[in-house]
Amino acid sequence: MLDQPILRTERLKAFYVLDMQGTQKVVKAVNEVDLEVRENEVYGIAGESGCGKTTLLKAIFGAIDPPLRLLGGNVFYFMNGLGIDVTSLSAEEKRKLRMEYISYVPQGSMSVLNPVLKLNKTYQDFIGSHVGGQTRKEVFELARQHIAELGLPRNILDAYPHQLSGGMRQRVTIALAALLKPHIIIADEPTTALDVVVQRGVVQLLMDIQQKLKNTIIIVTHDMGVQANIADRIGIMYAGKFVEEATTEIIFSDPLHPYTRYLINSLPRFGDKTLRESVPGSPPSLANIPEGCTFHPRCPYVMEKCMVQIPDLISRTTDHKVACWLIEEGEWRQAHG
Amino acid sequence: MDKLLEINRLTKVFTLGNILSRIHITATDQISFYIKPAEIFALAGESGCGKTTAARMIMGFEEPTSGEIIHNGKKEAKNEKAWRTEGIQAIFQDPFGTFNPLRTVDQYFFDTVKNFKLAKNKVEAIEFIDQKLKAVGLSYEEFAGKYPSEFSGGQLQRISIARALLTNPTLLIADEPVSMVDASLRMSIVNLFKKLREEFGVSVLYITHDLATAYYVSDRIAIMFRGNIVEMGPVEQVLVTPRHPYTKLLRESIPEADPKKRWTTIVNLTELEQEEYLRKGCKFAGRCPDVMDICKGVAPADIVIDDVLVKCHKYSGSGSG
Repeated sequence: MLDQPILRTERLKAFYVLDMQGTQKVVKAVNEVDLEVRENEVYGIAGESGCGKTTLLKAIFGAIDPPLRLLGGNVFYFMNGLGIDVTSLSAEEKRKLRMEYISYVPQGSMSVLNPVLKLNKTYQDFIGSHVGGQTRKEVFELARQHIAELGLPRNILDAYPHQLSGGMRQRVTIALAALLKPHIIIADEPTTALDVVVQRGVVQLLMDIQQKLKNTIIIVTHDMGVQANIADRIGIMYAGKFVEEATTEIIFSDPLHPYTRYLINSLPRFGDKTLRESVPGSPPSLANIPEGCTFHPRCPYVMEKCMVQIPDLISRTTDHKVACWLIEEGEWRQAHG
Repeated sequence: MDKLLEINRLTKVFTLGNILSRIHITATDQISFYIKPAEIFALAGESGCGKTTAARMIMGFEEPTSGEIIHNGKKEAKNEKAWRTEGIQAIFQDPFGTFNPLRTVDQYFFDTVKNFKLAKNKVEAIEFIDQKLKAVGLSYEEFAGKYPSEFSGGQLQRISIARALLTNPTLLIADEPVSMVDASLRMSIVNLFKKLREEFGVSVLYITHDLATAYYVSDRIAIMFRGNIVEMGPVEQVLVTPRHPYTKLLRESIPEADPKKRWTTIVNLTELEQEEYLRKGCKFAGRCPDVMDICKGVAPADIVIDDVLVKCHKYSGSGSG
């Protein structure tokens, strides 16, 4: 069943519409995004803070609350080959899909656990709202097993959240998200603000879950090192759009978009102390996106065309898409010899 | 003078709990290190290893339980705080927490200029501030009259470095300055440290858990674990050929930006930080792959091998104590 799509967005448009003293301010967080994620893969989304990664996840998960508004496009979940348009579902229907079909580990998920309840109460609440009647007890027993299987200490359910370290809380939240064996797990910056060793533990847990459940994981992180370690395919997001998408090997060995090149070349490497440049300038405000290619004010290879026309995300080879006029005009190779 | 700052057997003990059950946590256990002029010294380790406590003691926010801090050849004397402001400035983790969101950032600069009598009048002050902002790649025009929320995290962090530079410090203490900044903008901050060291001869105490940037930017490094410095020396030696098992673990856990070099081994994580702090003998013994019987009972001594200090029983036969 490889290469079967499990999730697809078509021209997805989700903007924050804010009323500020009579004038409307529109933050174009997700701007006509086409994305296809396949069964049994780890899809990584990378990009700087404020590029719309988290909003895209919210739109995919169907969690659109004001001031965020869905202004166009569709999100499809595929179940047994049949596409269901999430944007047409009612709140109750969406709630039923959650945790069983798709689950979401939000950013800063260390703080989603209720601080005054022991973890087993949190687990019971959650099981109670998704599993009916007598089976609850069985499921709770399953939860204990599930926790042990994932290599977390068994007695953890008798602890309060504050008694656990940040990394342990993060892993408990991820375990909770995987409990009902969802087809898709969305993880938003699961390793940010964690120490390297703990970060490695969290990545290990996600990989374990993926291998056990053979499901799809969508992971958002700006840390390209983590992406290289976990993702099968990577999409690079910039100012509300994808600018490049390819398999992990290609993204690291043959990045085409100037922004992707900067992202990868700015990473410090051991055994190499030569000067590394960061991306020049700073990310644009999504309330005031530049005309044409959104990256043009920071791009060293900017051409006149870039300032007026938006490049499309075009397939270069199978599994490698890029949105850049340089590539389309064939000038990249010239610029780089 | 070959040592700008010298720390000798600095210890800080925190007491937790009530009168019935009291636990003493040794946040830093007799740590010693020094920083030379125009040197970037990294203090690295996991959260809760005592690196921030060490920095807070140097800055005077925390009183050491024992040990001494020698700055510019002068010992710290009680009731005399003036030596501290002399040439030491700090940069903190969260740039949005550094500045009051209801004040414009330039007010902080004018306050400092006024308090330190760095300029005679406003025109001179603006010129002075502009010069410091230029050093971090910004200018007065793009910053005047703006609130912290109008800057990105990377810009604001550079502004807080410019603020620290106002008093012409000889030592910057940077506590996790890049952990809240995007990976793509991290390099602009650490490159700035390199530039300040080269152009102004500023020393930097770079406190971080990000070993990749520590390797890139610093000259010498100390790896801390549960209040002890377990390995210290030139960064090339410590990070490229690590000796202590903990440094090895840290080194292996850095995700390499290369899909061909994925992690293959499984890592053991601690369940309880407190347990490790209270452990007798080597604090790492519970997780160490090379653990021996002696490690569980006796704390290892500092051993020097080729300029590198290692605190591990594995090396007690070699080198000089």
